Amino acid sequence: MTHDPVRLYRTVRLIRRFEERAIELVRAGEIVGGIHPYLGQEGIAAGVCAALRDDDLVTGTHRGHGHVLAKGADPARMLAELCGRVTGLNRGRGGSMHAADFGVGVLGANAIVGAAGAILTGAVWARRRRGDDIVGATFFGDGAVNEGMLLEAFNLAALWRVPVLFVCENNGYATTMPVAGAVAGTIGGRAAAFGMPATVVDGQDPEEVRDATAAAVTRMRAGGGPELVEAHTYRFDAHHTFEHVVRLDYRPPAEVARGRARDPVAIQGARLPRSVRDAVDAEVEATLAAAVEYALASPAPDPAGALEHLYASGLTARTGGG
Amino acid sequence: MPRLSYRRALTRALADEMTRDESVFLLGEDIRVAAANVTSGLLKRFGPERVVDTPLSEQAFTSFATGAALAGLRPVIEFQIPSLLFLVFEQIVNHAHKFPLMTGGQCAVPVTYLVPGSGSRTGWAGQHSDHPYSLFAHVGVTTVVPATPADAYGLLVSAIRCDDPVVVFAPAGAMDLRADVADPAPVPLGRGVVRRAGTDVTVVAVGHLVHDALAVAGDLAGQVSVEVFDPRTLYPFDWDGLVESVSRTGRLVVVDDSNRSCGIAGEIIATVVERVRLLAPPRRVTRPDGAVLPFAPALDRAVQPGRDQLTAAIQLTVKDG
Ligand SMILES: Cc1ncc(C[n+]2csc(CCOP(=O)(O)OP(=O)(O)O)c2C)c(N)n1
Ligand SMILES: [Mg+2]
Repeated sequence: MTHDPVRLYRTVRLIRRFEERAIELVRAGEIVGGIHPYLGQEGIAAGVCAALRDDDLVTGTHRGHGHVLAKGADPARMLAELCGRVTGLNRGRGGSMHAADFGVGVLGANAIVGAAGAILTGAVWARRRRGDDIVGATFFGDGAVNEGMLLEAFNLAALWRVPVLFVCENNGYATTMPVAGAVAGTIGGRAAAFGMPATVVDGQDPEEVRDATAAAVTRMRAGGGPELVEAHTYRFDAHHTFEHVVRLDYRPPAEVARGRARDPVAIQGARLPRSVRDAVDAEVEATLAAAVEYALASPAPDPAGALEHLYASGLTARTGGG
Repeated sequence: MPRLSYRRALTRALADEMTRDESVFLLGEDIRVAAANVTSGLLKRFGPERVVDTPLSEQAFTSFATGAALAGLRPVIEFQIPSLLFLVFEQIVNHAHKFPLMTGGQCAVPVTYLVPGSGSRTGWAGQHSDHPYSLFAHVGVTTVVPATPADAYGLLVSAIRCDDPVVVFAPAGAMDLRADVADPAPVPLGRGVVRRAGTDVTVVAVGHLVHDALAVAGDLAGQVSVEVFDPRTLYPFDWDGLVESVSRTGRLVVVDDSNRSCGIAGEIIATVVERVRLLAPPRRVTRPDGAVLPFAPALDRAVQPGRDQLTAAIQLTVKDG
């Protein structure tokens, strides 16, 4: 847990600039398949992870770069992963939607909406049973609250009092579907149905997110059950970078302008003296310049090893050739 | 002759069937804005009652479609990614597929499950690159994998008209194809087609791989005379059509974007050797066993069946006898 406003600023700024550099690399063809940019939502990953310990566990989403970086993964290896290089966090096997770094407690981004909550619940339950006083935080979008598997995870976690913070990043849309068109009742009401406390926070304010998380984590670490935080936020950019090529018409321009006006990087930055902010910005630029260089200089994996890591048991698969 | 793209062939099939039959309606994620660029223009033409955007609740809306079918409608569900079929396998196999028999013939479940962009989309990695058509053939759900724009139109139309559930895989590798199609027409389910006539070996190719097989056949012309057979429907399979072809050529190679174990290529080879005495052992080119598509593009490609492997398989089969 850190109360350090400078560190919090550094994290949101790092995620912001990481995403902007990654979008450049998508445009340059260095990142194949595109990304789901986390732009605008940085305050949530940064605020939540600032209230966690290094050994606490998290799972991310398809829009997952922020979660992985905020939990402490090396930006250079993260970027190398997005570029499909052997030096990447997943040795080039996972890419944007599967980036994982078990070393810093990231059990993976996940590309199936709503699927990760149950995985994290099981992992935290197992670690607690072993006597570790860890907690977990699982991120998901407003779209995921309509997936049965996530609601089933709410039930298991609440029933077995597993200290998992369910963090809903409510950015108002699941791809093009607005929350009002998809969610009956409320998101907090879903938590209430399972006897879970729910808090609504301003996801654009990293300190508010951090403080709400810290309070929940304190209760959970002391033996409390799971909780839900619903963070209101706005996605500044496309659902996925394919939208840079194919425009989909679903967010009114005035709404986008309003959403973008509440910028978590600016909000946290305004809490620091200008000189401190400038120094952090320069440090982040240097980190990312080195990360881009590292990623692009790293070798691509050898196709002969395409099936490496398929089986942990050492089983080797038959190939598909003639 | 008008050029028809594979994608627009799907759009046109949906529009034509919705026009012809009031009971046809669409369900799916982001289909009103046509994020997958398949349902384009349909909201405007048919309205929100027949082009229904759903919450992210695949398991519920798949069985919701089963219910709507039991009540007389003909739902078509668009799935954004092929791996979602794993999520709704229960709903399709354990309910939609089983209801007619379990109820002693009291009902039909005419639902179409459309997967635009199945298989690898390069760079979408492990959870977005599957091609699970063999699973549906295994459980006996009608399964089609159109290779061309004309078949995309014709098989989707027939799927919608079919009284049983049908899964339509539109491979990512075929979605951007265009062809001259004068008058798109229904294509019967369960009927294969010889795409190129030949005398030395029959190559069975599934979906987008039909085009790889045709390219390889062209490259080998003069050395080996390759017949290319496109089954189009994997279940029920056109066994008579294939047996007719292999009886003439005496040799069989299958190229299939499934995992090797229990993939449709294995079933094709088994059924042919039950019925035809071959001149050489048959071969198959597939994904590896247990394939998970790795992210890095070169690895993704290495795991998919390719033209070089197919060429080698054909040459070995011809050399063997
Ligand atoms: C189970 C499942 N359904 C559909 C998709 C396709 N998909 C990917 S992201 C997304 C929207 C998710 O919305 P939300 O949960 O609100 O997260 P956001 O993208 O807004 O961050 C969809 C429909 C998927 N990956 N998994
Ligand atoms: Mg959302």
